[in-house]
Amino acid sequence: MEEKILDILEEVCEDSDVRDDLDMDLFEEDLLDSLAFAELLVAIEDQLGVVIAPSEVTRDDMNTANKIIQMVQSKAN
Amino acid sequence: MSFFSGAPFFGAVFIIAMLALFLGYTERPLKWLNVVTSILVVGFVLVEKPKQLFFFLMFYIIELVLVKGYLKIRTEKGRQVVTYRIAVFLSIVPLILCKAGEVVCLYHIKWFQFVGISYLTFRCVQMIIESYDGVIKEIKVLDFTIFLLFFPTFSCGPIDRSRRFVEDFHKVYKRQEYLELFGIGLEKIFLGLVYKNVIATLFFQIMGELAKETMVEKFIHIYSYGFYMFFDFAGYSLMAIGVAYMLGIKVPENFKKPFLSVDMKDFWARWHISLSEWFRDFIFSRFIMLSMKKKWFPTRLFGASVGFIINMSVMGLWHGPSVHYILYGLYHGVLLALTEIYQKKSKFYKRNKKKKVYRFVSWFITFQLVMFGFLIFSGQLSTY
Repeated sequence: MEEKILDILEEVCEDSDVRDDLDMDLFEEDLLDSLAFAELLVAIEDQLGVVIAPSEVTRDDMNTANKIIQMVQSKAN
Repeated sequence: MSFFSGAPFFGAVFIIAMLALFLGYTERPLKWLNVVTSILVVGFVLVEKPKQLFFFLMFYIIELVLVKGYLKIRTEKGRQVVTYRIAVFLSIVPLILCKAGEVVCLYHIKWFQFVGISYLTFRCVQMIIESYDGVIKEIKVLDFTIFLLFFPTFSCGPIDRSRRFVEDFHKVYKRQEYLELFGIGLEKIFLGLVYKNVIATLFFQIMGELAKETMVEKFIHIYSYGFYMFFDFAGYSLMAIGVAYMLGIKVPENFKKPFLSVDMKDFWARWHISLSEWFRDFIFSRFIMLSMKKKWFPTRLFGASVGFIINMSVMGLWHGPSVHYILYGLYHGVLLALTEIYQKKSKFYKRNKKKKVYRFVSWFITFQLVMFGFLIFSGQLSTY
């Protein structure tokens, strides 16, 4: 699961740096924005079957790779 | 009585704040104070024009039935796209009727024209959307009522989210925590007063006394209007947030130094934030997600551009069915789309975006674009 999410993130952010530091703030580093975030949610739904609505989470809940992994895992269970 | 102006309103706020302070200091719930004072204040404001009060009550009943009714259907029948779309559409019908009354040929329609309907509609629609998402599982009548009626944000926001609001509403604070909240609230109210009643007034006076004859005068006029808009609205928002804090509700911020924005996307992350985030979460993101799933557009960038233009056009239209509001929305939609294309495609941007000189130039251009946007918004473009 973790590996798959990192693959998705790498594709959405168009940058392999996301793997280097899993606690990096992706919004602050300009790797994620509103558009990329929507793409991320679609990819998570398509590839992992986990549905997260755009208004369900705040940016602070999903601004690092680790937090995204945690969120998806908790929703999957 | 009207919101955030005049002695009756501020007198009422003073008494309410004292009562809140007593309850907060003695670690009692603020819940019922919120309910009673909101009913009273909103009632006093609307009753001055009984027709407003009547339409507000109609609106309240319609939306309550829709929100509760849709949630029941959603719980029993699951995610059905058709019922969901019907519910969303019906919930914005009162707003459509209200705005239709502002169109020249429909002046005789005077339905649902009451203070705050534009903002109240957001709160109802989002509850239906979040019910569809499965994020909202229960809506109590009391929670729904106070979420709509909460008097500091009733007429002009900031636009809160129901789940966040309800959590605060039921919270009983510890003395220290409440006093801190009260202090922050007080500070915000004073800052808001200075913004709105001192600085905004000053810019308004400059605009009034200046003839628009020479180029320089025209420029000063345009910039003064931009600053006036900011200090007036940001001041109002600060006061609303401040009073809400005193009542134990941490309403979200609305402005974050918008004139320091370095590009248009940055601007919308700093200007009328609760509105732009509402549009982001309930229109833009959903449009992008749907268009990706259905493969409507050949490229992501193309889809994003269409998304920005639709999103901002709806935002413009929401202000009112006038040409200048629609133009204002389109203007910002096109600028956001162009910004997105430029930032994704330009190697020059990627190489230079972190350099100081680049950021300064980018800030300068953004500032002019923002000011020109206000000029469109003012509906006075043709007079320059």
